[in-house]
Amino acid sequence: MAFQLRRLALALGFVIVIGIALVALLAPWITPQDPFLQNLDARMAPPSFMDGGTAAHFLGTDQLGRDYFSRLIYGARISMLIGVLVVVCSGLIGTTLGVVGGFFGGRIDAVVMFIITCRLSIPLILVALTVVAFVGSSLTVVVLTLGLLLWERFAVVARTTTMQVRNLDYIAAAWAAGCSRPYILLREVLPNIVHHLIVVATLEMALAILLEAALSFLGLGVPPPLPSWGLMIAEAKDYMYFSPWVILVPGIALFVLVLGINLLGDGLRDRLGATRDA
Amino acid sequence: MPEAPLLDVRGLRVRFNAQVEAVRGVDLTVERGQTHCVVGESGCGKSVSSLAVMGLLARGAKRSAAHMRFDGQDILGLSDTALQRLRGDRMAMIFQEPMTSLNPAYTIGSQMAEALTRHRKVGKQQALDRAAELLTKVGITAPGLRLAQYPHQLSGGLRQRVMIAMALMCDPELLIADEPTTALDVTVQAQILRLLRDLQAELGLAILLITHDLGVVARIAHKVSVMYAGEVVESASATDLFAAPRHPYTQGLLGCVPIPGKIKRGDPLGSIPGTVPRIADGFTGCGFRDRCAHAMPQCAVSVPQRDDGAGHRHLCHLS
Repeated sequence: MAFQLRRLALALGFVIVIGIALVALLAPWITPQDPFLQNLDARMAPPSFMDGGTAAHFLGTDQLGRDYFSRLIYGARISMLIGVLVVVCSGLIGTTLGVVGGFFGGRIDAVVMFIITCRLSIPLILVALTVVAFVGSSLTVVVLTLGLLLWERFAVVARTTTMQVRNLDYIAAAWAAGCSRPYILLREVLPNIVHHLIVVATLEMALAILLEAALSFLGLGVPPPLPSWGLMIAEAKDYMYFSPWVILVPGIALFVLVLGINLLGDGLRDRLGATRDA
Repeated sequence: MPEAPLLDVRGLRVRFNAQVEAVRGVDLTVERGQTHCVVGESGCGKSVSSLAVMGLLARGAKRSAAHMRFDGQDILGLSDTALQRLRGDRMAMIFQEPMTSLNPAYTIGSQMAEALTRHRKVGKQQALDRAAELLTKVGITAPGLRLAQYPHQLSGGLRQRVMIAMALMCDPELLIADEPTTALDVTVQAQILRLLRDLQAELGLAILLITHDLGVVARIAHKVSVMYAGEVVESASATDLFAAPRHPYTQGLLGCVPIPGKIKRGDPLGSIPGTVPRIADGFTGCGFRDRCAHAMPQCAVSVPQRDDGAGHRHLCHLS
């Protein structure tokens, strides 16, 4: 029963993530209207399934009369793009640091631990605020800021798993077979810790998407008129008492995406863990 | 003049953390095409000695030796890269734990092929062909199927065969086997030992076999070195050693082997009282004296190396 539920959760997460990724990829072809096109005559139109809604705008329009459904779809692009880029960036930094520290140990590991501790003592949002205040906000700045800050979990996990793998017999066998150090790191150690890193990657991706939304909500993330979900929530907050859907729609979208990613990550952890117990 | 031995180690010492000396002046020679067994209880330094020969000691361990010749060349001062070229090519090693000695992330085929392409300029397909040929040689049926499988799909005995086949990929001259049968059940043990003996006869392999099992020694060894507390206390040809053990420790070890038919139910199993002493700096004399029935006052001062002139040497005041 529990097993069935877990499989169901994994399948659900998988469908959600793949679905939203597809929507994001195909955005230009599936959006009914231009997400940037303003129409001040049709502001705050309710969704088509509510009273006063029109078929032209499935999810209604925002305060500038832009088609909300189209903006939502383009917003998925921004969220996925930020999620993926941040994870790639932070994954590279964290994995490199963690694997090197865990593999070489000793003084090198002490340095890596020190860097991780330093990173952990940096308040993320405050640094992001400062950076944006100095450099200005743009997609690149958000990606770089988050990417350069969100690597600590990768580093910690890569380090501990590398330490475990380093002492296993097949690594000793690889040394005995005349493998070089870089070979052992990249071809013997890394493939055996990568399933842990995939799980971390999903969690970090969800976190990055939420942080981008938070930054955009504070007006420090993606600059308008780009349709980020966080920005949509921020723009909607002034209108939510009269038109609750403007805040519900991006809010639910964000919730569903993050839920999907987390379900996927949890499911993958169970699955990958199980197949490794040979 | 007889041909020089393939591996000739003199006065090997290994130290951990500048405090504990795990190996204290060990001499080992392995002749071409012969099996040299190193026997001893756990912690006596036999595994550390074999790792020291391969240059695979853990960080913090320091090794030194009068010389360590492999095929006439001293490998003590070799650079890391030169050692890497040697390891897996001319000297190969197999380990105790077949369940964990194969990388779970790769198929048997790709691991075996890699072992060859690392040292030789051959194509992937050629390497796979060689792998299949060797799997057949070590007695694995359906090698094509096995090559495509992952380690967790194989049993322990099969994996140890794969490890042996993998070690043979580059046609090594020396095979170091660190307790290769300890983790296997008895019937598989016998098969693996027979396999090693057959391969030796066929390929002219020299084998340095580390074990704590005298039954293994009796089956396969040409020469035996008995280690105790970091020293070789007795070394002789296998027939000599079993017929006339000279060191009290060797005699004790042989006394511990139960012989079916000779021992009756209810008889106590043989054992050597006491434990291995902690060998700290400044230790002199015989490491076995506290457990020895023949201990004399001079045992605490020094131990003579005795040699009967026919290759039977032991460390003891008794002769």
